[in-house]
Amino acid sequence: MPAATTRAPGPHAPDQEEPAPRKLYRSADGRMLGGVARGLAGHLGLPVAWVRFVFLGLFFADGLGALLYAVFWIVVPLGVGGVETTRSVFETAPDGRRRLRKPDKGQVFALIALLVGAVVFVGNVDMGSKTDRYVWPALLIGAGSVLVWRQADNARRARWIEVGRRRRVLHLARGLAGVALVGLGLAVFLVVRGSAAQLGNALTAAVAVLTGIALLAGPYLARMMQDLSEERLMRIRAQERAEVAAHVHDSVLHTLTLIQRNADDAGEVRRLARAQERELRNWLYDPSGTGRDEDDEPTNLADAVKRAAAEVEDKHGVPLEVVVVGDCPLDEKLTAQMQAAREAMVNAAKYGGEGGAVQVYAEVEGRTVFVSVRDRGPGFDLDAVPDDRMGVRESIIGRMQRNGGTARLRSVPGGGTEVELEMERASE
Amino acid sequence: MTENTEATGGPERRVRVVLVDDHRMFRTGVQAEIGRTEETGVEVVGEAADVEQAVTVITATRPEVVLLDVHLPGGGGVEVLRRCAPMMGAVENPVRFLALSVSDAAEDVIGVIRGGARGYVTKTITGTDLVDSVFRVQDGDAVFSPRLAGFVLDAFASTDAPPVDEDLDRLTQREREVLRLIARGYAYKEIAKQLFISVKTVESHVSAVLRKLQLSNRHELTRWATARRLV
Repeated sequence: MPAATTRAPGPHAPDQEEPAPRKLYRSADGRMLGGVARGLAGHLGLPVAWVRFVFLGLFFADGLGALLYAVFWIVVPLGVGGVETTRSVFETAPDGRRRLRKPDKGQVFALIALLVGAVVFVGNVDMGSKTDRYVWPALLIGAGSVLVWRQADNARRARWIEVGRRRRVLHLARGLAGVALVGLGLAVFLVVRGSAAQLGNALTAAVAVLTGIALLAGPYLARMMQDLSEERLMRIRAQERAEVAAHVHDSVLHTLTLIQRNADDAGEVRRLARAQERELRNWLYDPSGTGRDEDDEPTNLADAVKRAAAEVEDKHGVPLEVVVVGDCPLDEKLTAQMQAAREAMVNAAKYGGEGGAVQVYAEVEGRTVFVSVRDRGPGFDLDAVPDDRMGVRESIIGRMQRNGGTARLRSVPGGGTEVELEMERASE
Repeated sequence: MTENTEATGGPERRVRVVLVDDHRMFRTGVQAEIGRTEETGVEVVGEAADVEQAVTVITATRPEVVLLDVHLPGGGGVEVLRRCAPMMGAVENPVRFLALSVSDAAEDVIGVIRGGARGYVTKTITGTDLVDSVFRVQDGDAVFSPRLAGFVLDAFASTDAPPVDEDLDRLTQREREVLRLIARGYAYKEIAKQLFISVKTVESHVSAVLRKLQLSNRHELTRWATARRLV
């Protein structure tokens, strides 16, 4: 199995990462039955094919291999460390299309080996003799148990990997098949050992015993399951809370340290405090704000306005109070409006920031998007601004007009400045 | 809200105030900022840190204005409002509530307003503006911060359900204009100038909006705001 050797979990990985005594785990990935061979191979640092051959060889020594394998399967826990990721049936071609993965040479070889082994085994067993009546039921029960055990493993695995609906149906079918096989094997045992006439009695007794056990243990088991899932939920919640607390405490500590270091610089202290306040607000009051990546480009108006205001606030150290009414997705025209609004915010923060917080108001009403940026600074006379100063004329008024919107600028010397931007949304 | 105190009263007027907030440091800060009775005319007659204390202190001191935090141990500001409802509705010396919160969440804010508070201001408000707001609430007027105006506009603008009571569930054009200017950061005086109406008219518009907000039949108002989590 040359192909299999290349896929064997490299012993170097756990060696480097955890010098602590390694624990033996069964491998959940790339396994054929219970993952015992792969787990052992990873643990011992041997090619997985060798381990499999040893098991196969021991199997012929009166089935010792199978017994050993079963014991390992039951005792050794399933692990995920030290093995490569699951391979899907499909693989992604270099050109981006998905295609059926080519069958693995090693697996095909293993399958053939198994078949040959089975044929040899069947040939060795004297089909006609009396022992036969024990061999077949035992095989059936064995196969059924293997299926059910493998199923239990998968259920445990589902905690790590979300299983799709289709695969869940498959799992259920496999579990049922396992149970059916075990049942069939037991039935054959009964029939072969006793006579067919006693089957009815035996079955009735079995059903009665099972019902009794279910009645006695059922409620207790159900309660245990409930407690278990409840406990799991609590643990997840606690973990989430701990994560939030850790994040918040961390950033608060960070900010406090920075504030101590910049205690003389009032502007910097204010900027830090505002940035921290904004972040905390996002965590506390905005559920979507918790996991949001700061690098993501905003896709709707409300986010864009808040983002622009936050950036201007951080850069110029002037608080901006943002009120947004309604929301809509950003289109090309609105993006231009946002750029103009941002320019207006920068101007307001730069020239009007002494008069207190800058008020930013955005409203979506039907197809019209209105943004107003207002400061309480000294104000200025637009006509007195020389023609070569492009800030207001080009970045705000010009940009709005080029995109089919309007910009109004109202400034009273001594009474602050207000920029009003109005834009129709692009038709959908 | 930048009218100076002389316009609405000044030190010759007195108002008795109770502070309800579970953060002692914040109470101390507010006390230091507005509690200098000689200068501001505000006299802090009591403090409380939870719902039980608040009800006891308010009943005992019968203040004119209560500065009420939204988040409180024991049921929050809404619970205080519920239990003080008889005192709010009293004909003689009614107790009026002004919500003062750090919260940004619409459902908190709209919750206390619907519970009967006469207004809502954020804790970032300056001392002067707070004193001004307290006097305005004492007069029976409503106090809307830009943020609250934004919440209300949003809540009344975008419900698809047909209003149960046309008169209550719709804002008039004028009320919308006034709210929008508040949301843009205009003071009442500036709004009056902008719309060519008197300050008194602005106040009556704002009070009308507050009444509609408190009496509106739309049960979905709070639920809607909660679902949207508008900030």
